[in-house]
Amino acid sequence: MKTQGLFSKTMLGAGFVFLYVPILSMVFYSFNNSRLVTVWDSANSPTLKWYAKLLDDGQVLSAAWLSIRVAAMSASGAVILGTLAGLVLARFGPFKGRALLQGLTTAPLVMPEVITGLSMLLLFVSLEQLLQKVAGVQFDRGVITITIAHISFTMAYVTVVVQSRLASFDDSLEEAALDLGARPAKVFFRITVPLILPAILSGWLLAFTLSWDDLVVTQFVSGPGSNTLPMVIFSRVRLGVSPVVNALATIMVLIVACGVILSAVLMRRQERRRKREEQMAAAG
Amino acid sequence: MKITAARYSREAPGRLGPLWTFLFRYGPPRWTEYVLRNWSGQRLVIAVPYLWLLLFFLVPFLIVLKISFAEFEPLGRPPYAPVFQWLDEGALQIKLLVGSYVYLLNEPLYVSSWIYSIKVAFFSTVLCLMLGYPMAYAIARSSPTYRNVFLMLIILPFWTSFLLRVYAWIGLLKTDGVINNVLKFFGIIDEPLSMMNTSFAVYIGIVYSYLPFMILPLYSNLEKHDLTLLEAANDLGAGPVKAFLRVTLPLSFPGVVAGSLLVFIPAVGEYVIPSLLGRSDQLMIARLLSDEFFLNRDWPKASAVAIAMLLLLVVPIMLFQHFQNKELQAQKK
Amino acid sequence: MSQAPAAGTVALTGLVKRYGATLALDGVSLSIVPGEFFTLLGPSGCGKTTTLRSVAGFVTPDAGRVAINGTDVTGVPPHLRRVGMVFQHYALFPHRTVAQNVAFGLRMQRVAKAEIARRVAEALTLVQLPAYGTRYPRQLSGGEQQRVALARALVTRPSVLLLDEPLGALDKKLREATQFELINIQEQLGVTFIVVTHDQEEAMTLASRIGVMNRGEIVQIGTPTEIYEFPQTKFVADFIGSVNMFEGKLIEDLPDHVRIQSDELGGVVFVDHGISSAPGVTVYAAIRPEKINILRAPPADTRENCVKGVVKEIAYMGDMSIYLVQIDTGKMVRVTLPNVERLSDDERILWDETVWLTWHASSPVIVTQ
Repeated sequence: MKTQGLFSKTMLGAGFVFLYVPILSMVFYSFNNSRLVTVWDSANSPTLKWYAKLLDDGQVLSAAWLSIRVAAMSASGAVILGTLAGLVLARFGPFKGRALLQGLTTAPLVMPEVITGLSMLLLFVSLEQLLQKVAGVQFDRGVITITIAHISFTMAYVTVVVQSRLASFDDSLEEAALDLGARPAKVFFRITVPLILPAILSGWLLAFTLSWDDLVVTQFVSGPGSNTLPMVIFSRVRLGVSPVVNALATIMVLIVACGVILSAVLMRRQERRRKREEQMAAAG
Repeated sequence: MKITAARYSREAPGRLGPLWTFLFRYGPPRWTEYVLRNWSGQRLVIAVPYLWLLLFFLVPFLIVLKISFAEFEPLGRPPYAPVFQWLDEGALQIKLLVGSYVYLLNEPLYVSSWIYSIKVAFFSTVLCLMLGYPMAYAIARSSPTYRNVFLMLIILPFWTSFLLRVYAWIGLLKTDGVINNVLKFFGIIDEPLSMMNTSFAVYIGIVYSYLPFMILPLYSNLEKHDLTLLEAANDLGAGPVKAFLRVTLPLSFPGVVAGSLLVFIPAVGEYVIPSLLGRSDQLMIARLLSDEFFLNRDWPKASAVAIAMLLLLVVPIMLFQHFQNKELQAQKK
Repeated sequence: MSQAPAAGTVALTGLVKRYGATLALDGVSLSIVPGEFFTLLGPSGCGKTTTLRSVAGFVTPDAGRVAINGTDVTGVPPHLRRVGMVFQHYALFPHRTVAQNVAFGLRMQRVAKAEIARRVAEALTLVQLPAYGTRYPRQLSGGEQQRVALARALVTRPSVLLLDEPLGALDKKLREATQFELINIQEQLGVTFIVVTHDQEEAMTLASRIGVMNRGEIVQIGTPTEIYEFPQTKFVADFIGSVNMFEGKLIEDLPDHVRIQSDELGGVVFVDHGISSAPGVTVYAAIRPEKINILRAPPADTRENCVKGVVKEIAYMGDMSIYLVQIDTGKMVRVTLPNVERLSDDERILWDETVWLTWHASSPVIVTQ
C-alpha cells in the first residue's frame, strides 16, 4: 500500500504542476515589457504597461461587457429551465416521453460544439425565413440568438446538478409539507428551493462560466456587431501571442481565484458553525 | 374566477359569419379553459423545459438533416436549393441528394480527417486516463481536509477561461517559448524544439483542457469504494498491487467509462485546440465543417459533416447517457 | 362534516398495491374507531408503512377504498386530506425555526396571525418545549425534534394522527419515557392515533388495539392481551414474544376440552377449552415460556401436559432466567422463570439436570395455520 500511495501521490503532484504551470506562466509574462511575451525583457520589466493598454482597448472592453450581459441572461434562463427539468426528472413519475427528455437534457453535455453551433444557426436562419414570409419581419442575429443558444446548451449542466441534488434530497420534508396542507407548487417554492439553493447557485455559476467562455457556438450564431470576448481573443491569438491577452488572463485568474477561495472560506465557516450547534444539541 | 364556456358556445351569427363562429366557438375563453383544465400543474412544469429543448435542440438537428440532403447553390441566399417545395399543381416535391455524403466518404481530405480525428481523440483519452486516474485515486484516498483542497485546486482552472488556458500553451510551446527557453538555459538542447503546430501540441492541449472532466467522475466513483474490501483482500493474501488490480480497478470501471466518454466524445469534435496548437496540413473534422460552412458557404456539405459526426458519436453518446442514468439511480438509493 | 361518522374514523377496504412484481398490499381492510390508539405491527416488508402512507395519501392503491371520517378520500392528494403525520426521521424543515415549523400547517390553513401564535405556544407547551420556539432543528436533540414534529402535526387539530416508527431513533430510556408521554397526549386530546412499528414491546405498551400484518395482509386484529394470549395463527404466536410450538393431531375434540397427540412433544396436550377446527387437520399447540413450570421431581400425573427433559442452557437476565430444556424427542423447549427467591446452589436448577416440565390446562393456545 505504501508504494502504491507514493506513485499516485507523485502523479498528483505532477498533475498539479502540469495544471498550474501554464496559468502561472501566463500571469508571469503579463508583466514582461517585450511584445514577444516569452522573451523576457529584463531592462524594462516588470511593467504594468499591458494592463494600461488593456484598459484603453475599446474592442476588448465592449466585448467583455457584451459577454457579461449575455452570460448573466443565459445563466438565469438556464437556471429556470434547468431546475424545472431537473425537478421533473428527479421527482415526477414515469410519463410519456420521459426518456426523450432525459436524452435531450444530457446530450448537450458531450455534444461537440460545432454540431450544436451549426444546428442552432440553421434553426435561426429557418426562423428568419419563416418570420419574413409570414409577418414580413426582418430579424437579425445578435444578442438574442446568442443568449438563446447559450441557454439551450448550458441548461443541461444545470439539470444534471439539480437532478443529482434532488436525488439525494430527503423527500420526507416535501411529504411533511404536503401533509400539512401545502399545495405542490407551494412546497416547491417554500421548502424545496430554499434547501437546494446552493445547488441552484452553483448551477448558475456553471452556466455563467460556460456562456462567458463559449467560442464555437457563439461564432456560428452571432451577427454583425455582436462580438463576444472569446471571439475577440480568438481572432487575436490566432496570429500569435499577444501581451494584452496575458494581462486579461491574469485579471480573470485573479477574479476566479478570489471567488473560489472566498466560497471555500464561507463554506468552512458555515460547516464549523453547524458542527458546533450539533454538538451543543447532543450535549444539552 | 370560473370560466363558463357555455356562454360562448352558442352560435353567434354576425357580420363576419363563419369567422365569428370560429372565434367564439374556439376562441380565447375556450382555449384558456382547455389549457387550465388539461395543462395545469405537473403537465405545465414538464412542458416548459420540454418544449424549449424540442424547439431549440431537437428541431435544429432535423433541420441540419434536411439541409444535408439539399443541393448546393453557391449564389443562393441561403446557399441551397429547397428540399421541400410546393409545386403549382399542389404536389409536394422532395429532392434528396446524397452527393454530400458520398463526397464525405470518398474525398481523401475528409477520409484522412475522420481517421485523424478519431486517432487524436482516442490517444488523448488514453493519456488523460493515465494521468487522471492516479490523481483521482490519490485525492480519493487522502484525508477529508486535504481532499476538499485538492478538489478545489482541480476545479479552479476549470472556472478560468478555456480559451485562455489553451492560449497559455502557445506561450509555452512555441520556438521562443518558455519550455524552449528553460531547456536552452540548462543546456539540454542547442536548437529549439519545434512543438507548436504539431499533433503533440494537440495531445497536450486536449489532455490539459479535459483533465478535470476525467478526474471528477473517477474521483466520485473511487470515493465511494468500501475500503474494507481492500482489507479483506489483503487478509486473504493479495498484495497491494493485486488487490488494486482485482478489487479497485474493476469497481472503478463505471467511473473510467464515464470519464473517458466525457473526454473522447467532445475531443473528436474539438475545434479550438487544433486551430491554435495543431497542424495546418492535417485538420480535424470540426475545422473542416467550419471551413465548409464559413469559407465555402457550402451549407449542405457542412450539414452532412455534422450528421456524419453525429452518427459516428451516437453510440458513445448513448453509452454515456446509460452510465449517467445508472449513476443517478445509484444516488437515489 | 354534517352527517358523517364521528371525527377520527378511518376505514380501509380491500387495499391492493403493487410495486413492479412485488405485492405490497394484498387486500388490506381495517376499521379504526375514533379516539383509538391503533398500532400496525409486523416485520419489515409486511406492508404496514405502505398502509399508513395510503391513509396519508402518499400511496395511491391500485384497488380498494380509503375513507376518513366517512368520506371517500381514495385518490385525494395528501395536501387536501386532514390527517397529521409524524415521520420516522421527523422531517423538520431545517431552514425554519421550531415555531415556524409548528406554525406551518396553520399558515397553510390561513389562520389569523394572533391565533397562530397562541396555538403554537399551546402546542409547544403540550409537548413540554415551551421556550424552544426560536431555535432551529439542528440545535435540538433527537427526542426534542420528535416532540416538535408531534406538535407540528397536532397543532392543526387533525382528527387522525399517523406516526411512522416514531420511537425508532430514540435510545431505550428515552423511548420508554416518550411512550407514556404519547399515551398521555392521546388521551388528553382524544385524537385517533395510528402508529406503525416493528417493535412488539412498543405496540403492546402503546396500543389499545393492534393490527398484526404479514406479507401485505392483516393477520389478526385485537387488544394487546388478545394478541398475546390468544394468537390466531402460528405467525402471530411466534412474532409476539416467544412461544413453544408443538405440532400434533386432535385425538379428542369436545366442546369443553380437547386432547392433542403430539409426536414433537412425545406426549398428550390437554386443553380445557374447546376449539373450532375441522377433523383431521394438523394443529399446533402454542405454549408461552412463562406458563411452563420446571419441577425437579416428576409430578404425580405424567400422562398429560407433562414432559421430561434435560436443561441445556440457562441465561440469567437479572429479573428472570431463561432455560432451554431439551426433551426426549430432541426439541428444545424455552422456559422462563422469575428469580423470586435467592436460592442456594443445591436448590437452584443447574445445567444437565433432568427436569419435568408441566403447564396448566388453560395455558396452551391451539392454532391451525
